[in-house]
Amino acid sequence: MSNWIEACAPDDIDEEDVMRFDHAGKTFAIYRSPDDEFFATDGLCTHEHIHLADGLVMDEIIECPKHNGRFNYKTGEAKGAPVCVNLRTYPVKVESGKVLIELG
Amino acid sequence: MKMGMVIIGAGECGVRAAFALRESGYEGPVTLIGAERHLPYERPPLSKDTMVSQDHPARRTIAAEALFNERNIAFIGSSTASSIDRGNKLVKLEDDRQVPYERLLLATGAIPRALPPATNSRHCFTLRSFEDALAIRARLRPGARIVIVGGGFIGLELAASARQRGASVTVIEPQGRIMMRGVPEEIAKVIDTRHRDAGVEILCDTGAVSFTDTVNNVAVSLSNGNVILADLAIIGIGATPVTALAESAGLETGNGIIVNDRLQTSDAEIYAAGDCCIFPLALYGGRRVRLEAWRNAQEQGSLAARNMLGAKEQYQSVPWFWSDQYELGLQVAGLPDEGKQTIRRDVGEAAFILFHLAGDGRLVAASGIGPGNSVGKDIRLAEMLIARGARPDPGQLAASNVKLKSLLAA
Ligand SMILES: Cc1cc2nc3c(=O)[nH]c(=O)nc-3n(C[C@H](O)[C@H](O)[C@H](O)COP(=O)(O)OP(=O)(O)OC[C@H]3O[C@@H](n4cnc5c(N)ncnc54)[C@H](O)[C@@H]3O)c2cc1C
Ligand code: FES
Repeated sequence: MSNWIEACAPDDIDEEDVMRFDHAGKTFAIYRSPDDEFFATDGLCTHEHIHLADGLVMDEIIECPKHNGRFNYKTGEAKGAPVCVNLRTYPVKVESGKVLIELG
Repeated sequence: MKMGMVIIGAGECGVRAAFALRESGYEGPVTLIGAERHLPYERPPLSKDTMVSQDHPARRTIAAEALFNERNIAFIGSSTASSIDRGNKLVKLEDDRQVPYERLLLATGAIPRALPPATNSRHCFTLRSFEDALAIRARLRPGARIVIVGGGFIGLELAASARQRGASVTVIEPQGRIMMRGVPEEIAKVIDTRHRDAGVEILCDTGAVSFTDTVNNVAVSLSNGNVILADLAIIGIGATPVTALAESAGLETGNGIIVNDRLQTSDAEIYAAGDCCIFPLALYGGRRVRLEAWRNAQEQGSLAARNMLGAKEQYQSVPWFWSDQYELGLQVAGLPDEGKQTIRRDVGEAAFILFHLAGDGRLVAASGIGPGNSVGKDIRLAEMLIARGARPDPGQLAASNVKLKSLLAA
């Protein structure tokens, strides 16, 4: 069953930036890409559980603010040391002025 | 035995190098020789999480054993390389085994600098390895009295951890303030205040001159004539590069194994990287530095590996390190002492960044402090500006409402 949750409005996030979203005791990161698409991943770095929303978005990469571990936020792929475990990603859609994230 | 790539030292640097050889497509033998018995692990947590975690602390390994197997990296633990026969291109191990090399990387790291009057005390400790960390941790009990000699990163991180464990702490710093090396005064002050608020006693301009053991205590005599009775003393006065192996092989050494900008030693077949080497930084006019920083060790390891395979890359990274004390996160990119002018930028209410500009307006360093990771993103952007040799407008750097990312696009 799909479970679409309203996370924010599109303009809450700048282009090429990220926002933290907490829901039901879990934390997520929602991204707006430079070409104005939205993506979502788990909110914490897989190295030391740091909030990725404090990190830097460059193109399709989110860089952890703690030790600069890099992930592709579109696929969740860890891009090498110090991060070696991928991030979980979630489907996102924009509907009637809302960014929705599907938390299966 | 077939010749291949050999790495001595299985710390952050050596491990990164081993994996980078494979990532670059090298298919010959890769041998990683390490004196420690554990699978290679991260050192930064040793003064932080390892000290304060509720549970019995675990080592955080740099790569799982399965990954070493998958990449066909032969890790030889508990083995110290005792000599290098450069003529026959052989590494000799303490147990008389011999490993032939085509190219060799020295990633032997650093060890805590010894304080001669403390070396014979049973109650004095230093911190570099996981075993060191466990020994200190076991003594950080509520009410324990701890003297920390040296107000550098490791000493101060340990001071914060010891307070969190309920021990009482005195820090002895021979210089006029804590963190003289690499951290500007304005930031050191924030950290100094935080420690004092936590109840740490910090004595500057004071040296520890002698250590006298009793069965359970150590009496630390200070240069100002006072004596502090403590349950343990931790010596954190910096680190010395491990160069003996390189020296005995006739390689050039100074304050570290001397390498060129491709991390090659005076023998073109032998490279050195990480905490053990002293290298020229192109970004600062070829100034020779030795860093003791985690990311530097990783990046140099990777680059040395590519150069061992013939890449001829110049090392150009911007120095970067972090430190965590209490809830505060400190990050420094570049070399602040290259700056002539300092611009302050506030980040929210509790955090700030100092930008250090050279006489010609070039951004040469940025240092920031604040709760958690509040400065991480901006320090990273500053680092990119530094790497480009940018001359950002000081007014814009100071203005919190001007995004640093926009300066990068300029
Ligand atoms: C407690 C602590 C906290 C730290 N915190 C931070 C931090 O917050 N931020 C930061 O940026 N940096 C930090 N660092 C620094 C960082 O850990 C080092 O820069 C990094 O470990 C250097 O890696 P390396 O591989 O060059 O050397 P090392 O990690 O020292 O590894 C060298 C290895 O080589 C082995 N070796 C030496 N000689 C031989 C031989 N002849 N044969 C076989 N093996 C040999 C040694 O046993 C060792 O295992 C910290 C360091 C410590 C000790
Ligand atoms: S916590 Fe994210 S890279 Fe270390």
